[in-house]
Amino acid sequence: MNFTYTVLIPLIPLFTFLFLGLASGRIKPQLGGLIGTTGLFISWILSLMTVFKYFSLEKVDGAYQQIIGYNMVWLNFSDKLHIDMGVFIDPISVMMLFVVTTVSFLVHVYSLGYMKGETGFVRFYSFLSLFSFSMLGLVLATNIFQMYMFWELVGVSSFLLIGFYYQKPSAVAASKKAFIVTRFADLGFLIGILLLSFNTGTFDFLELTNPQGAAMQTGSGAWLLGLSTMTWSLIFVFMGGAGKSAMFPLHIWLPDAMEGPTPVSALIHAATMVVAGVYLVARLFPVYALSAPVGLEIVAWVGATSSLFAAIIATTQFDIKRVLAYSTMSQIGYMMVGLGVSGYGGHDGLGYMASMFHLTTHAMFKALLFLGAGSIIHAVHSNVMNEMGGLRKYMPITHITFLIACLTIAGIPGLSGFFSKDEILAAAYHHNKAIFFIQMFVAGLTAFYMFRLYFRVFWNKEPHYHHTPHESPLTMTIPLMMLAFASIFIGYIPFSDYISSDFKPFETHIEGIIAIPSVLVGLIGIAIAWVMYKKDSDLPDRVSHGFRFFHRWAFNKFYIDEVYLFITHKFVFNRISTPIAWFDRHVIDATMDGIGWITVSTSRLIKPLQSGQLQKYGFVFLSGVIIMALVLLYAAFAA
Amino acid sequence: MNILSLFVIVPVLTVIGIMFTRNMKQTRVVAAAGMGIQVLLTGILMYLYFGERAAGNLAEMVLVKDIVWYESLNIRYTVGVDGIAVAMIALTSIIIITGIFTSWEVEYLSREFFISLIILSTGVYGFFISLDIFTMFLFYEVAVIPMYLLIGIWGSGRKEYSAMKLTLMLMGGSALLMVGLLGIYYNSAPDGGPLTMNIMEISKIHIPVNVQLFLFPFTFIGFGVLGALFPFHTWSPDGHASAPTAVSMLHAGVLMKLGGYGVFRIALFLLPDAAQSLGGIFIVLTAISVVYGAFGAIVQKDLKYINAYSSVSHCGLVLFGLLMMNKTAMNGAILQMISHGIMTALFFALIGMIYGRTHTRMINEMGGLMKVIPFLSVAYVIGGLASLGLPGLSGFVAEMTIFVGAFEHPDMFHRVATIIAVSAIVITAVYILRVVGILLLGPIKNKDFEGMKDAKWFERLSVSALILAIAAIGIAPFWLSEMIGFSLDPIVSRLLAAL
Repeated sequence: MNFTYTVLIPLIPLFTFLFLGLASGRIKPQLGGLIGTTGLFISWILSLMTVFKYFSLEKVDGAYQQIIGYNMVWLNFSDKLHIDMGVFIDPISVMMLFVVTTVSFLVHVYSLGYMKGETGFVRFYSFLSLFSFSMLGLVLATNIFQMYMFWELVGVSSFLLIGFYYQKPSAVAASKKAFIVTRFADLGFLIGILLLSFNTGTFDFLELTNPQGAAMQTGSGAWLLGLSTMTWSLIFVFMGGAGKSAMFPLHIWLPDAMEGPTPVSALIHAATMVVAGVYLVARLFPVYALSAPVGLEIVAWVGATSSLFAAIIATTQFDIKRVLAYSTMSQIGYMMVGLGVSGYGGHDGLGYMASMFHLTTHAMFKALLFLGAGSIIHAVHSNVMNEMGGLRKYMPITHITFLIACLTIAGIPGLSGFFSKDEILAAAYHHNKAIFFIQMFVAGLTAFYMFRLYFRVFWNKEPHYHHTPHESPLTMTIPLMMLAFASIFIGYIPFSDYISSDFKPFETHIEGIIAIPSVLVGLIGIAIAWVMYKKDSDLPDRVSHGFRFFHRWAFNKFYIDEVYLFITHKFVFNRISTPIAWFDRHVIDATMDGIGWITVSTSRLIKPLQSGQLQKYGFVFLSGVIIMALVLLYAAFAA
Repeated sequence: MNILSLFVIVPVLTVIGIMFTRNMKQTRVVAAAGMGIQVLLTGILMYLYFGERAAGNLAEMVLVKDIVWYESLNIRYTVGVDGIAVAMIALTSIIIITGIFTSWEVEYLSREFFISLIILSTGVYGFFISLDIFTMFLFYEVAVIPMYLLIGIWGSGRKEYSAMKLTLMLMGGSALLMVGLLGIYYNSAPDGGPLTMNIMEISKIHIPVNVQLFLFPFTFIGFGVLGALFPFHTWSPDGHASAPTAVSMLHAGVLMKLGGYGVFRIALFLLPDAAQSLGGIFIVLTAISVVYGAFGAIVQKDLKYINAYSSVSHCGLVLFGLLMMNKTAMNGAILQMISHGIMTALFFALIGMIYGRTHTRMINEMGGLMKVIPFLSVAYVIGGLASLGLPGLSGFVAEMTIFVGAFEHPDMFHRVATIIAVSAIVITAVYILRVVGILLLGPIKNKDFEGMKDAKWFERLSVSALILAIAAIGIAPFWLSEMIGFSLDPIVSRLLAAL
């Protein structure tokens, strides 16, 4: 089966990026928007084609095949190592194609309404195209270095889009922070790649992840701290993934990234780019599972910690986008847990499948939540919960779709979030009870903070609006409805028929022992939110006052930002850079100047000898003769 | 007529032509025409070079021409090129032509300015084509000396001090180099027979190891001074800060590369045993350069200082890659020379253009320039992204090749040194984004800047040409990397044989 055409899926956005980037300011904004949207529409159609074509292929030995759709050698490093550019088609890359192009296309449509009249409208679309190109390139990468390249490009598109309102200092600071934090994580990724490729002699995913392949066996000897080289390299690689996926403690950039326009938050910081870390671990999953179980253990614990940590913070925030940002971080934690507790092959690989399942459903409902939040912000011109309330009357479509998304994320049976979250919990239950209980608790917190947001915004007391909020235009509500539709029904896809750790379909079923408590926990969360926030009361204040010490810590995000600020400002700037700059000027350079000074002063010192006075020359001459004579006489007598 | 000699003759003819011009307008047209011919010649040279290779010429050097010049010392005018020299010549041509366009409106003593600039480029071209140590050294000095006049006369700030400092430090380097080169010359015939200055001939013999150990530091540091090796780099910030735009471009873009080129063509190629045994010490120095330069750049306020420290960091990486002494890393080092050359020329060009409008180079006195001069600002961002190693632009290719090559050494010493050098990619991101954030983004800080005009045609031309070159290398690095890699084989095999 020929998949060469899939090259077009990333290339079309690349062309629209170049075209819009160069034509920005010369074409009508609406035309630019349409060109960008049409480009993505074509990519979307091609991706859907690929999904159907791929999953209807004949299986070999009951397993889906891994296909190289296109490949070229891009840069030769040495005899063994070379970076290729290509298209890798396998179940998870096809799944990601679907997720990325769907959300991206809907966001393109949505932005036609949301960004209308903004200066830099065409620039916005060109950046969106750049992002789509990079993200698709990342998803389709045939080798880890190609992935790293697109990884960086995704990072830069995120930087450009967060800083879209570049005259706003807070947006500039946020974009800078996002780039530098992820860059720091990417340093780990790069070191990981270097270690991994040195050991295995390849960058290629096919060779790396082949369970029977030679690469799997290399680097298993103990190297540092009792761990093998393979384990270390995968831990380093995961550092990159943790940075991009905003896992604790590299998460600090994500909440600030909400400075970007809301559609960007929906696309990049909820549905696609931030799950790149999960995708990376999934890509290398056989290596993690078979050669570096310690690495996988770390993935699970980082995921669990982040998920709990973020959910706690989310219950205290007032900026609706920030609540959603922490919620994203928490849900990605779930996906990481899914991977971390998974085994390889057959039903053992339940966690792997569940993680990918949750990635897909989360992309839909979280994009819906963000776009809904965008619609709200569009109507009330504020991000802060306190300036909202009673919006259900004014914005019926936004209200209903938002409610659907909230129910989905809370894990109400019948909606997609229930199915995927349940599988993750089941996998955790069979592997690691501690993590299972953490995730169960987080499920309750999730329901609570989402419904806290929902009741605060759509019910509760109506503040004084400067002008009456109104429902958003159709370009914005149609994507909402489509995503709501997807959020409801996407859970009915029999995921384990398509995606599994060893490419072979397997059976899953809902386990009552896990499903029933998790639904109950969710309902309890909703109920508490109902009591506290449906009507305006002083109950929330009293509760937060009751936990005031803990609340203050959570509200201030456990002061992690301050720790970073301390490290960067107090340490890097004041303790390293400033001294180095000083040392350079006052020690090294001064030494050089000193050498010059010695030369000049020596010359000054001996300059008087060349006075031009004949008497002086005569005196020196005569003294010289006398001294020489004395020396010779002494020598003669001594002999 | 050998095409390589034309690279030296055309600039000389251009200089003579400029002497007959009457005003600035004529002068700059003649200068641009002369350097335009150089660009054409570069194209022809590449065509000839690939033709020779395609025809199956596997010689290390092609287009060789040998003329006896001073018989009793066996000094010859020997020229010839391999893929690396061709690449360096191409780099020089791009930078000199864009440099001329950037100085399109130099009014003060414009004739003398262009003459000095072109003499400087003559030296650079001559250096890259030479295969004779003496001729090479001669051209090297030809390139260094006009720098003094260019900074001292057309510079800004403490120009006399900076010009003197730069020239003296480089001359100090030359003095060390002279010792090294003469040492090589006097040991070029250990078994008796005539002494030779020809690099290719010396490369075939084996200089005694104890002599090599003595000469290596002289040659390495001698060239290293020019390549901004820590701690001999301090001429760079002051020199660049005072130099006029085109001079900064040429100096950071090409002249600093003479250092790196000399290191591998002479220090590593002719003294391989010493390179293997003493390399470790210099790896430490270069790894320090890389990180030190980057940290130094973080807190600077003057745009040119930032770029000067950034050059220390990037050029440190060039020497670092060379000292890894395997094909991949050395290939990366040469790519880095070219990449850094174009990138830094772009930066200095842009800094010059911004300074011409705002009359300040202090980043804290500017802000929000993106709104007023979008073309220059976007170009600056692209340059910045190339500098921090964004894939698709030249810096990434070069850095990654160096890192992958350096990782081929499995021992702990090389590993740690490499990881230290790799960590500079984060620090680079910090200082680049800091400048971009303060200088270009945010609200417009100074109301006087609101009426500024964006780039003029000649500015657009030179900036676009440099950006195109950066993107071309970044998107299609394979041909350049193959061309360099092929020519590296003899050098690498000699280094490995010495192991």
